[in-house]
Amino acid sequence: METILLLAHTEIDGSLAKSAREALHAAATLHKSLAGSKLVIGLIGENVQAAANSIAACPATKHLGVTGADFSQSRYATDAAAAEAIFKAAQATVIVAPATSRWARVLPGVAQRLGGRVDTHVTGAAAADGKISVNRWYYKQRMEGALTRTQRPWFIGVDPGSQTACDCGAGTAEVEMVAVNLTEAQKRTTVVGLREPKADAQTIRPDAQLLFVTGAGWTKKQADGQTHVPEAEKLILGFLKATRASLGSSKSLVDLGGEGQAVLPFLSHLNQIGQTGATPRHAKGLSTCCHGEEPHTVGWRFINERRAISLDPNCGWARGKADVLYVADAFAVMQKVNESLATKT
Amino acid sequence: MSTAYQIIVCAGIVPDPLQTLEPVASPTGPALKNEMMLPAVLDPWAGHALYEAANLAKNTPGSKVWLVSLGPKAKLQQVMMTVAQRVPFELIALDGPASGFTEAAEVAAALAEAIQTIPGLDKSKLLVFGGWESASRGAGATMQMVGERLGIVDQFQGVDQGNLPEPKNNPQVGMTNMRTVMPALQKAKPTKLAGEGLTFASVTLPKQMRETKIVKDKSADDIAKEIVEWIKK
Ligand SMILES: Cc1cc2nc3c(=O)[nH]c(=O)nc-3n(C[C@H](O)[C@H](O)[C@H](O)COP(=O)(O)OP(=O)(O)OC[C@H]3O[C@@H](n4cnc5c(N)ncnc54)[C@H](O)[C@@H]3O)c2cc1C
Repeated sequence: METILLLAHTEIDGSLAKSAREALHAAATLHKSLAGSKLVIGLIGENVQAAANSIAACPATKHLGVTGADFSQSRYATDAAAAEAIFKAAQATVIVAPATSRWARVLPGVAQRLGGRVDTHVTGAAAADGKISVNRWYYKQRMEGALTRTQRPWFIGVDPGSQTACDCGAGTAEVEMVAVNLTEAQKRTTVVGLREPKADAQTIRPDAQLLFVTGAGWTKKQADGQTHVPEAEKLILGFLKATRASLGSSKSLVDLGGEGQAVLPFLSHLNQIGQTGATPRHAKGLSTCCHGEEPHTVGWRFINERRAISLDPNCGWARGKADVLYVADAFAVMQKVNESLATKT
Repeated sequence: MSTAYQIIVCAGIVPDPLQTLEPVASPTGPALKNEMMLPAVLDPWAGHALYEAANLAKNTPGSKVWLVSLGPKAKLQQVMMTVAQRVPFELIALDGPASGFTEAAEVAAALAEAIQTIPGLDKSKLLVFGGWESASRGAGATMQMVGERLGIVDQFQGVDQGNLPEPKNNPQVGMTNMRTVMPALQKAKPTKLAGEGLTFASVTLPKQMRETKIVKDKSADDIAKEIVEWIKK
């Protein structure tokens, strides 16, 4: 008989992130398919009442919390102690958690401490005939595996963006507090602050509907024999401003920065999509001035609808990588797109 | 006076990213087609960790770097031919599978055990480095487990200022390293990873082909209209 624990941390403002609701959806789905199983909610944060209330209608038998100022910030030692305490109070066998950067750091260590196993970056979890199986990707999203485990506890880190968020309603949840006595050694790491790029400089937006991808073509000589980098910059930033899309790039374009050429200053290697870059999740993706080569399109694994604008009718996008390829000049098209977005908003 | 560090870098090996990879079933679970024939490289994120470690050691006199690596001996040797040219380290080799389908907890147990056998290990000077995710299993789980096994509860991920260049090949460093690399490979401890309790139901390549509609002769205006409609949908 499984006891499924949804383990989540609150955000700084005390709320629950969408990724936590997605993990809850996965946990609740397992609970529903496993006859006789129990669902327990475990929350960690400075204060967890508001978060617990926000999902009060979910079919959990118990809400557990570890709270206090020591648990407001992400820190390995205290997060691990809190997760361990909640696990013990819940007597869980399967722990489902959102694979946020905070939990990604700590859950494998907790699994080790408790003699269990962990699977991270899980993109699907299901149960049939009393058996749980999970899906995850291997070799940089090049192949997908489905696996089961006999060991318990089994920690399952669910990749943000891979599930629908649970829509269970709010109410009043009774949270049972679990005490954690921290030692000074566990508080040796101090979080001194958070540094974030300015809102406008923040071009990577994991929650955006649309991924906008720029390729090296934006910096290449155009039909008139000239490059038009300042114009490219204006078009790209204009589009991002109007749509709040997330900005991705080909490797060739971000690499140009290192070679001392005139390039787009708002792009860094963090924007790179592909086999040696990121594999973000967005409902739609629009590629511009990019050739759509295999090492690049590997990064599009989790982009559902894909369109591309390239001058080359034989580029990779044409060969089954995109749903629609517009063989056209991206400068001209994006100019019109931006104009149209400006008049409509 | 600055503290000298003992820096241990855990780094595996992975197939060269240029290679085409295809999953196959083997008696011991999933594997890659022609796995032993695929050229290997040092796992990229772990490679960064090695270069960071070497940089820290260089700037902190008296420090030393160990590289702990688990992989098939012959492949480790091939990878060390280039890696050993880059930065000074002492190799501790474990002879076992480098597959992405191995179990992180078992790998961590083997690595932690190897680390504990290092003579003169001083936990007050110890820093354990590693990649935050491998390019094979891609789980980002092994290092935390190694840390737990060694009693290290100050753990950090994604530690990177992103401004350290890849070191150039230095034949002299290579010569010095090779003096310890070859003996380390010779006495590499055979390591079995049983994948206990773990069963793969399937490993498959994704269906990649889409039916691409190629739009050739539309004006920029019409295309823009279509795109805006699609974005707003
Ligand atoms: C081991 C390895 C790993 C790699 N990893 C990655 C990775 O993670 N990510 C990645 O992106 N790449 C990766 N690459 C590189 C990849 O193979 C390609 O070289 C790269 O993606 C090409 O970038 P691009 O399409 O922007 O540039 P290009 O190949 O130069 O293509 C530019 C495109 O722009 C088009 N163009 C030019 N002007 C216009 C215009 N006005 N309007 C419309 N279209 C225009 C051209 O027709 C062309 O199709 C990797 C390569 C290797 C070997």
